[in-house]
Amino acid sequence: MSIPADIKRDFPVLQQQVHDKPLIYLDSGNTSQKPQAVIDAMNEYYETTNANVHRGSYDLAVRATEALEGARAKVARFINAPATNEVVFTKNATEAFNLIARSWGAANLGPGDAVVISEMEHHANIVPWHMLSAEKGFELRWIPVTPDGHLDLRDLDTLLEGAKLVSVTAMSNVLGTLNDIPRLAEAAHGAGALLAVDGSQYVPHVPTDVQAMGADFLIFTGHKMLGPMGIGVLWACADLLEAMPPFLGGGEMILNVTKEGFTTTEIPWKFEAGTPMVAEAVGLGAAIDYLNNLGMDNVRAHEIELTDYALRTLNERYGDKIVIHGPQVASERGGVLSFVYGEPDMRVHPHDIAQVLDQAGVCVRAGHHCAKPLLQTMNVPATSRASVYVYNDESDIDALAEALEASSDIFAF
Amino acid sequence: MPGLDDLYREVILDHYRSPRNQGELETPPAVRTEGFNPLCGDEVIVFVDVDDNNVITDIAIGGQGCSISQASASMMSAAIKGASIGEARQFISAFKGLMSIHEGELGGDGSEAEMGIDADVADVGDIRLGDLEALKGVVKFPVRIKCATLSWNTLAQALDEAASDT
Repeated sequence: MSIPADIKRDFPVLQQQVHDKPLIYLDSGNTSQKPQAVIDAMNEYYETTNANVHRGSYDLAVRATEALEGARAKVARFINAPATNEVVFTKNATEAFNLIARSWGAANLGPGDAVVISEMEHHANIVPWHMLSAEKGFELRWIPVTPDGHLDLRDLDTLLEGAKLVSVTAMSNVLGTLNDIPRLAEAAHGAGALLAVDGSQYVPHVPTDVQAMGADFLIFTGHKMLGPMGIGVLWACADLLEAMPPFLGGGEMILNVTKEGFTTTEIPWKFEAGTPMVAEAVGLGAAIDYLNNLGMDNVRAHEIELTDYALRTLNERYGDKIVIHGPQVASERGGVLSFVYGEPDMRVHPHDIAQVLDQAGVCVRAGHHCAKPLLQTMNVPATSRASVYVYNDESDIDALAEALEASSDIFAF
Repeated sequence: MPGLDDLYREVILDHYRSPRNQGELETPPAVRTEGFNPLCGDEVIVFVDVDDNNVITDIAIGGQGCSISQASASMMSAAIKGASIGEARQFISAFKGLMSIHEGELGGDGSEAEMGIDADVADVGDIRLGDLEALKGVVKFPVRIKCATLSWNTLAQALDEAASDT
């Protein structure tokens, strides 16, 4: 079994032309496209099931509640969570990090404490800690990144002294680097710290088992895994969630409210104030069904194959005119390929590359990829980034390689 | 449909390849101001020397960015070197008018269009935009407007600082 050759047919948005060229979508690290099955599931929910959840006593509301909680169960199974009530729905991964910071962080961090993150984090796993640190006075420490794009763990023991939380990405959204999460879990726990893992780039692409990872928190987002925008996931073990104070206050998250105060309801709803994103949960559930149907092992194998093809194709064709950042072996990385292109002494700016590629129908991202500290370490102001997913194939990489040539013509000196 | 030729006009590529007034000026007497485009990480540093008669005697541009932001900064420096602060401010509003009138047509706020700046002609009041008119094609690529205006916004800030110094 492998990824079907005609998989693009499942994705309506890919059936179009831009600038009279077929759309070549290579920006899935940013957001993924949605299969018809996800779009249909969300439409069907609104056409047949829509009601507010957890409060109606009528049949329709019961079915809506089942739709939401059924999606939660699918998410739990997808990451091999020990229990369904350990899955908290958030707006996105960014909100999940803010939830950890504002709830667990505000209750547990103070002067003399440290939070350890890495230089390859997305701003979503940086800014909430900057914000909280300014209020609570704990120290924010950084695991450095080596020139070849790996975490430099040589001084990890020192970094972990006095740390209460380690929060790192499982896969870099710029370099594609896969980090050794079980090792980090062991080190963090050995130092008495918890481990939060940013799975935004990892969970959509690699079979995920939170128990094998050894993480205490896992964060990911629906829209990067064929699901809709507007739903993210925070997983944490039940004991931890029970002990954490609520995040947002309002309806849905309470057991009782009086003029004097309130008590919170049980997990996970304690963290889900207000009317939740039910259709989005249904869409995420349908995306998980779709991925399970492909088989996550096949998804990962396809990605390694395609990443290997891209590394070979681009390096062979362009030699020293292209530098692809991060690990050079496909099996050690994900399918996000950040690169600089142009003559070695005069690279074409990524913004200009993205513009030229767009004219050829090729969508890539240009910029700092919400990882400015990493780009500073890499000493580049910006990169172009092509990122692949299940619906990409070798023809997309060929189109990218061909379209890059045009930027040489325009910006040649 | 706009093509790349509308964006990458030869005069723009010329300024990109051979940027004018690149470098730094000693501060003080020069004023140094940084501008950022948070979208793409581009950064421009504008140095201006203003004499007692409010004339911009020298300007230097630092930082890094795409062809549009670099070319725009280069052309700007050539256009306003030797101008008075007042003239430079006229240049700034003329140029931003050139960018924002079209932004308005494309659904932007059009605020400067309401100020009555007619950007479809190259002469705005006493100001001749000259080479800068080549950047008009940028408005067909709305994402790039911020690249083109980055150095101008930074210059405006630098002039405010220089004016408050004197």
